[in-house]
Amino acid sequence: MDSNKCYHCGDDCINNSIKIDKKNFCCNGCKTVYEIFSSNDLSYYYDLQPAAGSTPKVVEGKYDFLDIAAVIEKLTEFNDGNVQIVNLHVPHIHCSSCIWVLENLNTLNPFVINSEVDFPKKTVRITYNSEGISIKNLVILLSRIGYEPYISLDDYDNNKKSIDRSLIYKLGVAGFAFGNVMFLSFPDYFDLSSNAASGGEFWLNEYQVIFRWLMFVFSLPVVFYAGWDYFISAYKGIRSKILNIDVPIALGIVVLFLRSTIDITFDLGSGFFDSLTGLIFFLLLGKFFQQKTYSFLSFDRDYKSYFPIAVTRITSEEKEETTQVHAIRKGDRLLIRNEELIPVDGTLLSSTARIDYSFVSGESEPVLKKVGEKIFAGGKQLDGTLEMIVQKSVSQSYLTQLWSNSVFQKDKNSKFQTLTNSIGKRFTITVLSIAAIATAFWLYYDPSKAMNVFTAVLIIACPCAISLAAPFTLGNMLRIFGRKKFYLKDTQTIEQLAQIDTAIFDKTGTITTLQKSTASYEGMPLSDAEESLLKNTIRASNHPLSRSLYDILSQQNIVTLDEYEEHLGKGVEGSKDENHIKVGSADFVGGELHFDALTTSVYISNNNNYKGRYVFHNQYREGVSEVFKAMSKTLDLAILSGDNEGEKARLEKLLPKLTPLYFNQKPEHKLEFIKSLQEQDKKVMMIGDGLNDAGALAQSNVGIAISENINVFSPACDGILDASKFQQLYPYINASKKAMKIIKLSFILSLLYNIIGLYFAITGQLQPVIAAILMPLSSISVVVFATVMTSILGRKIE
Amino acid sequence: MSVIYILLTMSIAIAILFFIAFIISVKNGQYDDSYTPSVRMLFEDELVKSKTEKPYKKYSDKILKKEKRTQ
Repeated sequence: MDSNKCYHCGDDCINNSIKIDKKNFCCNGCKTVYEIFSSNDLSYYYDLQPAAGSTPKVVEGKYDFLDIAAVIEKLTEFNDGNVQIVNLHVPHIHCSSCIWVLENLNTLNPFVINSEVDFPKKTVRITYNSEGISIKNLVILLSRIGYEPYISLDDYDNNKKSIDRSLIYKLGVAGFAFGNVMFLSFPDYFDLSSNAASGGEFWLNEYQVIFRWLMFVFSLPVVFYAGWDYFISAYKGIRSKILNIDVPIALGIVVLFLRSTIDITFDLGSGFFDSLTGLIFFLLLGKFFQQKTYSFLSFDRDYKSYFPIAVTRITSEEKEETTQVHAIRKGDRLLIRNEELIPVDGTLLSSTARIDYSFVSGESEPVLKKVGEKIFAGGKQLDGTLEMIVQKSVSQSYLTQLWSNSVFQKDKNSKFQTLTNSIGKRFTITVLSIAAIATAFWLYYDPSKAMNVFTAVLIIACPCAISLAAPFTLGNMLRIFGRKKFYLKDTQTIEQLAQIDTAIFDKTGTITTLQKSTASYEGMPLSDAEESLLKNTIRASNHPLSRSLYDILSQQNIVTLDEYEEHLGKGVEGSKDENHIKVGSADFVGGELHFDALTTSVYISNNNNYKGRYVFHNQYREGVSEVFKAMSKTLDLAILSGDNEGEKARLEKLLPKLTPLYFNQKPEHKLEFIKSLQEQDKKVMMIGDGLNDAGALAQSNVGIAISENINVFSPACDGILDASKFQQLYPYINASKKAMKIIKLSFILSLLYNIIGLYFAITGQLQPVIAAILMPLSSISVVVFATVMTSILGRKIE
Repeated sequence: MSVIYILLTMSIAIAILFFIAFIISVKNGQYDDSYTPSVRMLFEDELVKSKTEKPYKKYSDKILKKEKRTQ
């Protein structure tokens, strides 16, 4: 391993690395975790997967709310006397080391009885003795070893979710019956030319009846349980006057079942039970394949996933007490600690506060608030603690009211007609008219065959292969996209994506990156001594701007400062020899004020003489220009930003000419903007990242959230795109368009089979064995075609 | 030839038995997480014994002793 990398978390050890046991650590936090592990026989953690850990965060007071009995009651799955079971979401779970160490929690604390990791869901289920370790201490223990669980209001409100496994049951029933019916109808296949009248196989004639009725029994649960959804869907379709693809399927199932039952009752033939059970089994298989879920992602998050369960309230006796967020009333005094989220609207009591609203408004820079000013829910306090008076309760706050918009109640999918369903109408009409014509023809020539032909047409035309084309093509695309870090909610999203003609982007966090920033210097040049002092002064500061400025400045020797002081929310000062440097806000440094509030700057003065300032710029993602250029060829583009116009000139240079740019857009403005585009019959894709885009993401046809870390913080959306794959957005859209072409080709293929089958049906020669061969053959070839084509397509996209 | 009735009953009974086993295993959530068990089965008791003191262990021993005394 690289000796400069931290042994625990793998980060670069930038400065003053800590050495212990001949191993490097980037910070004290990592070192502590290593010590905990190695002193508890858990150092195998590092052998299993090198540098798998994460730096533990300071959690002082953060989990005090876990002492409230009502909260414990809601969070635990099981709570009886001493034994409690809790299921915690731990976003950091990512490798086998994580599984191993979390399942060995009992070596760290003997009161942990059992812990079990669910890797795909990134959860750990811990059974523990609550007399020895409280849930609060358990969470703190996890945080101390770098596995901080993510607990939010969402966990509190809907604790126990039941898992829907009905599809697996149905698939099991259908598969079980299909296999058995196939065996039971096997003898019939070998006895095609003969029947009981012409002699035939003796024992087959003898036991035919029992075989056939057994098949009938097996097909009962398949039709009335496994296939029942198709009847419901067809009924719903007909009632709302839509002939969806389930109508011919349901018709096929009914006819298959009735005709087979009549056949065996009156000894007309062996029936089509094999085809019937096979058909439903394949259909359900398609449904199952389509159902790819990313259990570690959540596509329906609302503000509850972001909000804490409880905050600190200051009582009238000046005591601190932990209160549940739901219990906060107007007029309460709250204490918000550093890095905590403000859960409600209110007025500021502390003299100053620096609040990061990037979550809510998309504004990239923190806002300075003074005493008496209004602060809004969703902001994050950045410097120290603040006190506030509550003005509105949680559900009435400005941010949370966005969720009362009707957009969030509507089910997006119900409005959308899939490609398969849209051909369902034409298909049904065609099949019914062919059946009618063929029956009429036979009524004229040979009435005894008419009923036979009518049912045979409906059986053979049952669009099994057609309804398998989309699930397998799109299901496979979904998996391919997932491997390329583009996670979509369901297969319908791909269909919607293929139809997009307008793409709207958010600015902050979407086309800019939050991880890097650039700065340019304006003012008098700094001497070497000053530059060295500057770098050494900000070295000790943990402020985000100091950190990014530190990375930008050229390498300097580390010197010990004579004097150093950090002023929270203002800046830092340091001195060495005859130089005394001040770095920070304009007020603090006392330089000539550049009153353009649009940019973020760090001002510098030496011995109270103003020297200059570093102006920070948004760092745009790599390839933004190219992505926009490529997309502008086929799509209408626009930028909707909650931020101010400070970046307008730079954006105009970067983007294709005449790209509309809108600034100062409030969350509800964004929603309305999308809505008005849709009223002009545009199919809109919204690409955003924060809660401020939540309304627009829900309103748009396809809402894609860009995320630097897919495990945390993405608002409700149809898909999540890993930020590193931003440049691939346009190829992804094109790939989904090609996927739709593959489906259309599969339709043609399956129609060919239908035509062959119809030939047998119309001429009255349809034997059960022909149906039993043709139906699986067409289904399998369509499935193979769709899978192979999408895999080729997947290999082409990066 | 009526032996076929016995054979049929037996084969179907066995099939149904396995089918029931499948339903029960789904119901118990055995198919909910199909990844973690595959990793878990490769772990053994890999605790690395070191010479250093174990603060937690000591603590737990104390508590166990205490409990014994009180009983």
